[in-house]
Amino acid sequence: MTRIDAKFAALSAAGKKAFVAYVMAGDPDFETSLEVVKGLPGADVDVIELGLPFTDPMADGPTIQLAGQRALEAGMTLERTLELARRFREEDNTTPIVLMGYYNPIYNRGVDTFLEDAKAAGIDGLIVVDLPPEEDAELCIPAQKAGLNFIRLATPTTDDARLPRVLQNTSGFVYYVSVTGITGSAEAQAGDVGPEVARIKASTDLPVIVGFGINTPEKAENIASVADGAVVGSAIVSQIAAGKPVAEVLEFVKTLSDGAHRA
Amino acid sequence: MADDLFNSFMNGPDEQGRFGIFGGRFVSETLMPLILRLEDEYNKAKDDPEFWAEMNDLWTHYVGRPSPLYHAERLSEELGGAKIYMKRDELNHTGAHKVNNVLGQILLARRMGKTRIIAETGAGQHGVATATVCAKFGLKCIVYMGAHDVKRQAPNVFRMRLLGAEVIAVQSGRGTLKDAMNDALRDWVTNVHDTFYCIGTAAGPHPYPAMVRDFQSIIGKEVRTQLAEQEGEGRLPDTVIAAIGGGSNAIGLFHPFLDDKSVRIIGVEAGGKGVDDRIEHCASLTGGRPGVLHGNRTYLLQDGDGQIMDGYSISAGLDYPGIGPEHSWLHEIGRAEYVSITDKEALDAFQVSCRTEGIIPALEPSHALAHVMKIAPDLPKDHIIVMNMCGRGDKDVFTVAKHLGFDMSDTEEGRSFEE
Ligand SMILES: Cc1ncc(COP(=O)(O)O)c(C=O)c1O
Repeated sequence: MTRIDAKFAALSAAGKKAFVAYVMAGDPDFETSLEVVKGLPGADVDVIELGLPFTDPMADGPTIQLAGQRALEAGMTLERTLELARRFREEDNTTPIVLMGYYNPIYNRGVDTFLEDAKAAGIDGLIVVDLPPEEDAELCIPAQKAGLNFIRLATPTTDDARLPRVLQNTSGFVYYVSVTGITGSAEAQAGDVGPEVARIKASTDLPVIVGFGINTPEKAENIASVADGAVVGSAIVSQIAAGKPVAEVLEFVKTLSDGAHRA
Repeated sequence: MADDLFNSFMNGPDEQGRFGIFGGRFVSETLMPLILRLEDEYNKAKDDPEFWAEMNDLWTHYVGRPSPLYHAERLSEELGGAKIYMKRDELNHTGAHKVNNVLGQILLARRMGKTRIIAETGAGQHGVATATVCAKFGLKCIVYMGAHDVKRQAPNVFRMRLLGAEVIAVQSGRGTLKDAMNDALRDWVTNVHDTFYCIGTAAGPHPYPAMVRDFQSIIGKEVRTQLAEQEGEGRLPDTVIAAIGGGSNAIGLFHPFLDDKSVRIIGVEAGGKGVDDRIEHCASLTGGRPGVLHGNRTYLLQDGDGQIMDGYSISAGLDYPGIGPEHSWLHEIGRAEYVSITDKEALDAFQVSCRTEGIIPALEPSHALAHVMKIAPDLPKDHIIVMNMCGRGDKDVFTVAKHLGFDMSDTEEGRSFEE
């Protein structure tokens, strides 16, 4: 049982929806980013998605692209990203951290070394955008063996024929991408999302969390009401990009988590 | 040997889209169903004589195939060694080999009922070829081009616009070919229902590397027949040489000869200012390591953290930090050799081709030619080299003029050559 499994079991017992917040590790610099991440549990964030910066984030819109560039320019690396998780874990041993990014930095480090280091740093799960089920042997299977959750994305193009394959080696939760598009683009509509979530839930016992295109407390509430939770990324990253003080960023995050928790 | 299916070098990729460990399908879930459908449709088309009949008709009447195989006599004499042939794909409609592949992909897009075509381009040659074929078939065409390349390849930007394409100057990243490819992929994820992504080189997720190779293989197949006609039945080239950006013109020339052990195969990467730690080059095989980018595992220019580096080359068409996965495999198993040529060597070869053969080459094949010039003098006169003259130099005359110190900015004012 990972921290992710424990968290969802607790939420479920309390009849609560999950609020998941995404921030880019090292944006705009290591210390500020660490301060934001440390403040997330206090803003009632249930799961932290920690972005791993990459030069070529092909599924991300401009907001997260630029966050990655800021982080890289400030000297962020995979090693420093794990260090950030380690520092967070010194104070918080229950809030799950999911590392979200692209495969090349992980492949470059070596899968086995990476998994060992990630586990030791207190990472609980992985979302790797460019590893579909067809490439499960690369990282998904080794990650599960190492005791990390591998969280898969399901999308509007994942049809019924394909869904079992997508769910097969997924653990922790399923991340439903609400729109065909990149992060921070089109707005998710609860009316479209509800039936899709129901379709996925009919095939799995895992929680289904919805992300992409959620940018206000109201949206978070609407979407969370038809799923097991909601993810907000670009809207939070935009606050950081605007140079808002950490306390203000966290206040904004609190309004979002309140929204999701009202559902 | 060609009959020995188990030892053939021509069977790749496997069902996972792999050439050895290279290739694969490293894309987001949103794109995965599209890529599977594309593979399916391509496999059907490949076995459909009607598909190839249409291709052949267009290759003949629209592109002008077969392109000549030309004995470069004065060049061979000047170098004093091997007998040099040029495969004249620069004479194709639109001025490069790119159109061979574009026709295939657009016919496939039509079969799939797609109405909106997107493409990435570096030098602009693939963009121009895509815009051209889209104009011919009345398809909407959007070309992603790095903002930096838009500046250095202005004539091709204008050509694409004339042909009715929308050219989007990509600001993300550093505004070069890899960023254009990222933005094309982002467009595709957003517009999955009506959009076909026409990739310009033998890279990307499976089935693109195999599909683009198959369409470009017309180059090597023609060479095989034409050389036999000119040199006698059964005569094969002793060496084949081509320049490598992503590797499409090269794999097109190489592939039909992979199982002919006597044929030496050499790919030429862009050495820029020299292959060393400064990474002012685009030689992915000689200066990179395996990694995963743009849907495939292949050799990449990257830093110690696995972040992708921007390469550098005088030639916008070679300015890509990766290489098609089949080349990575051919490199590792040793079936092909890969070398690099610097900007300066390419510029010299460019001028030699103009002066000795009356052919103004693109800067990309000038790299291949520069390597021919290095090895030809030491080879016997009966050694046949075929190099791929995969593009003409019209698009590059401004760049070359600048490097040679010739000011073209105000020729309308009557500035003469003497100045
Ligand atoms: C004339 C020419 N040759 C070569 C290339 C490099 O591409 P590839 O390696 O796929 O042939 C380009 C790309 O723009 C080109 O325009």
